[in-house]
Amino acid sequence: MTGIPDETSPSATTSAPSPAAHVVPPRVARPTNQIDLGAAYRDSQIQELLDEIDRDLVGLVPVKTRIRDIASLLLIAKLRENAGLATDRPTLHMSFTGRPGTGKTTVAMRMAKILHRLGFVRKGHLVVATRDDLVGQYVGHTAPKTKEVVKRAMGGVLFIDEAYYLYRPENERDYGQEAIEMLLQVMENQRDDLVVILAGYKDRMDTFYGSNPGFHSRIAHHIDFPDYDRTELMTIAELLLAGQQYRLDAESRRALDEYLERRMVQPHFANARSVRNALDRAKLRQASRLISGGGIITAEELTRIDAADIRQSRVFLDAPDSAREAASDDGR
Amino acid sequence: MRITQGTFSFLPDLTDDQVKAQVQYCLDNDWPISIEYTDDPHPRNVYWDMFGLPMFDIRDASGVMLELKACRERYPEHYIRISGYDRSPGRQTTALSFLVQRPTHEPGFRLDRQEASDRQVRYSTHSYATDAPAGERYGRSR
Repeated sequence: MTGIPDETSPSATTSAPSPAAHVVPPRVARPTNQIDLGAAYRDSQIQELLDEIDRDLVGLVPVKTRIRDIASLLLIAKLRENAGLATDRPTLHMSFTGRPGTGKTTVAMRMAKILHRLGFVRKGHLVVATRDDLVGQYVGHTAPKTKEVVKRAMGGVLFIDEAYYLYRPENERDYGQEAIEMLLQVMENQRDDLVVILAGYKDRMDTFYGSNPGFHSRIAHHIDFPDYDRTELMTIAELLLAGQQYRLDAESRRALDEYLERRMVQPHFANARSVRNALDRAKLRQASRLISGGGIITAEELTRIDAADIRQSRVFLDAPDSAREAASDDGR
Repeated sequence: MRITQGTFSFLPDLTDDQVKAQVQYCLDNDWPISIEYTDDPHPRNVYWDMFGLPMFDIRDASGVMLELKACRERYPEHYIRISGYDRSPGRQTTALSFLVQRPTHEPGFRLDRQEASDRQVRYSTHSYATDAPAGERYGRSR
């Protein structure tokens, strides 16, 4: 496009048409002044993705709102670009903070899809990396390793889990710093090629940003994932079970609710991940209960999880034993 | 003498965008890319040196272009080619291979005739560039 005079100056768009404006032929750069937002929105098919997120992810209201905002921003940026207006490609690097099991990786995967749908990344795949994938073991090992990961993530999203482990202030010869510098360079120079999402606990990420201000300023969107409350965790449990074709009856639902109440105050509680682990253990107990019971059972019994399967958990024993089960699922 | 090896070699040299599009085509077909370089352009020299590792797991051409840029900086006066390897059973061969860089001056080849017994003549092609030792053939590499 060549003939776009003063697209940046406000007067070009806001001033009332002067008499002379009727004389000059209409500008070629703006063939239509009207853009059908609704149609553009439908064409981009973001709504489907947002609906999917709404359906599959329980709670996380601030996160969803933020994703909606970002999606709108990206759509508008696309429309501006199509209309020939000056657009800088928006900075898309993000930081997801929150306690374990709050859905950071899941949301990152969805984010990759949204960005792909809107054409901000070319492939829309997610490459998950941790310190081990980026930082080498000896001098000269880090740069190729980081480069390898970055190359793999090109055209998609690079998700760095527990990013604060990259920076080890206690060891000044740590190679993590080298990886950080390379990442910063990539985030600046290859903005068109990949989007970096850093994730981790809130407080530790804050100290990480404090000691690496370069990261903080290169990240446009800081999203904090709140903890789930008990009703949300129950919904998650039901969703998980429904997906695996198990179900709870009224009795066991109450048991699970009580289980969550106790489990949530214990150490190493990892939100949805703890729920998943608890359900896995309940399934284990259900299986051994059915086998030891023997006899003839119905298909209905195969899918039902009894209250007893949940109440056998060590969480229902009183401290200090209950701390052991808590320690055995430390959020992994 | 402009040497012609591999696909597209009778066309004008590909621009970076064209190279990128070809690389993306390879990746979309699930052909891992490797970058190779040499300063011995003899047509029967099939074993070029590989720059870095073959690039499995790359989905987007810009990762390859990054590596190609590094290779060009390292060997500004070498021949560089990109090959895509089709690993699918039944094919398992180089599917596409094309030059992406050539030296600014290509001296070409000389035809050598060797007199053998019974007035037989044996022919061989001799690249003028290979008169110099490896690494010093087309201006020095960095």
